[in-house]
Amino acid sequence: MIGLLNPRARVLMLVLLAALIAAPLVADRYLMSVLILIFYFAYVGQAWNLMMGFAGQLSLGHALYVGLGGYVSALLWLKFGIGPWLGAFAAVAVAAAFGAVIGWLGFRFGIEGVYFALLTIAFAEFTRIAFDHIDYAGAAGGLFLRVEEGEWWNLRGGTLLFYYLALALAVGALVLTAFLARTRLGYQWLAVREDEEAARALGINAFRAKMTAVLISSAMTAVGGVFTAFYNNNLFPSRVFDINRSIEIILAPVVGGLGTVFGPVVGAFILTPLGEALTALTGLFGINTPGVKGAFYGLALMVIIVLKPSGIWPWLARALRLTERRP
Amino acid sequence: MNPTIYLEVVVQGVLTGLVYGLMALGLSVIFGVVRVVNFAHGEFTVAAMYAAFLLFTLFGVDPLIAMLPIALVFFCVGYGLQLTLVNRFVGRAEHEQFILLVGLAIILVNGSLLTFGADARPVRLSYGFDSFLVGPVIVDKVRLYAAAAALTVAAALFLFFRFTSTGTAIRACADNLVGAAVVGLNVRKLYALTFGLGLACVGAAGALMETIADAKPELGPVYTLIAFIIVIVGGLGSMTGALVGGVLIGISEALAGFVLTPSMKSMFSFALLILVLVLRPQGIMGRRT
Repeated sequence: MIGLLNPRARVLMLVLLAALIAAPLVADRYLMSVLILIFYFAYVGQAWNLMMGFAGQLSLGHALYVGLGGYVSALLWLKFGIGPWLGAFAAVAVAAAFGAVIGWLGFRFGIEGVYFALLTIAFAEFTRIAFDHIDYAGAAGGLFLRVEEGEWWNLRGGTLLFYYLALALAVGALVLTAFLARTRLGYQWLAVREDEEAARALGINAFRAKMTAVLISSAMTAVGGVFTAFYNNNLFPSRVFDINRSIEIILAPVVGGLGTVFGPVVGAFILTPLGEALTALTGLFGINTPGVKGAFYGLALMVIIVLKPSGIWPWLARALRLTERRP
Repeated sequence: MNPTIYLEVVVQGVLTGLVYGLMALGLSVIFGVVRVVNFAHGEFTVAAMYAAFLLFTLFGVDPLIAMLPIALVFFCVGYGLQLTLVNRFVGRAEHEQFILLVGLAIILVNGSLLTFGADARPVRLSYGFDSFLVGPVIVDKVRLYAAAAALTVAAALFLFFRFTSTGTAIRACADNLVGAAVVGLNVRKLYALTFGLGLACVGAAGALMETIADAKPELGPVYTLIAFIIVIVGGLGSMTGALVGGVLIGISEALAGFVLTPSMKSMFSFALLILVLVLRPQGIMGRRT
């Protein structure tokens, strides 16, 4: 399942990474913005994948952590002048606390599978409506961050800053996942995902394993929220906490390959450009249709889950002979 | 404050809740038998609302009548969908079924956005603003008609499951799948029939909903969640539970919208969902399995 990369694939990855690091030299603003989106979805997809792909806990409410991360860091910055590098810690703490509550309720009371997914949706939607009515956080009118150039230490900067930040996040999440997958905890997750009762019988503390997955996942996702808040410079409850945001997060890992280290990355690199191309193409024909991209994403989900439920990466890795034979 | 106002709000909640209940009944029937969670439920409801809107604007058909052909078309759609697509997912991992139907839901939402745009599509009935005076209480005519129609459809479904041999066969599949297959029931076909019946409920409920709410693409996920809340509150797989849950959610939404602000009304439904999931996951009317 995890499949170690062979030397040839490692060289290929390093070349790709070098190309992405050098890309700002040649890429224009639009291409950069698409790449930033790809990195972002690879990053949050990776965070979701840890919970669903590895630990087997289906969350459809990850927009909750994105929104909380964004709101906490933006409020700290706007109201107290505390910069996002520091604010990110608070954002992570708040999101992880919510994750802890959801995880505790879910796992202690035996809410499993679809029911657990509904629990996560309920929390996200509840928080969305709550934020619509919190005047301190701008209520439904949203929060706006002033656009200033130059202060990179406060994440106030141009595309280049966010490009490298997003790249660092995506690579960091990839490395972290690859590392976790090889730890004791990573193997416990797989055991719990495959058969929780058997895992318990082996002496694995399933509750703790699942809780750790939720905590790591929510904390990582909150950092993604900090990123989007300062990148987009605005926050609306109806946008950031929306269930469609949660669904967007699961697209890349599902299409790329659930429970694989490279799945979310591959998924993001396939879906985001295709979606952008589709928007551009329909624009070219003079039809300004907001539903095309969404319909395509929906179709992508259905086609993948019908034809290749394990995702594109395992198949791609085999076809290109990128992984070593299983040890 | 005048207590009759509260009574009016509760009555309005009960009537809306019965239409919600019919919608949720479809979800409950599908889950109870096929054991697949239809995550595109609300999106199908909105599709039915658009169908009612089209039939009304093009041919002037009252949604109360249009609900019959719409239910029939939705039955066929459900039948075909189960036979071709969903059936392969029966017994597969829960998240795979979920993702399949989430994909379908996304296509439906964006499809209606593409076809009808983002604006609300209301049906303006000639009797839209009429009301009855029952004692001191004012009751909306459209809501009363919609609720009565919803009850009729639900009752027909009850009778079908209770008294026809096909209905009994479907219940047999739900109770004991292996046993049903052993005695020679065509499970594949009965599943398709069930999914069709579930979507027929949705078709009828959507047509009725169009008389009390305006069709909008973004209502899809909202109705999906409401349907889920109702069946979980009432107990997944329980038919009476779906109706009772619908009425409960209808009342709680109407009261919350009246006492607080309308924008906060679903917060209570979500809080209720969390509570029921934690305290009584089998629902109010459901049996513990």
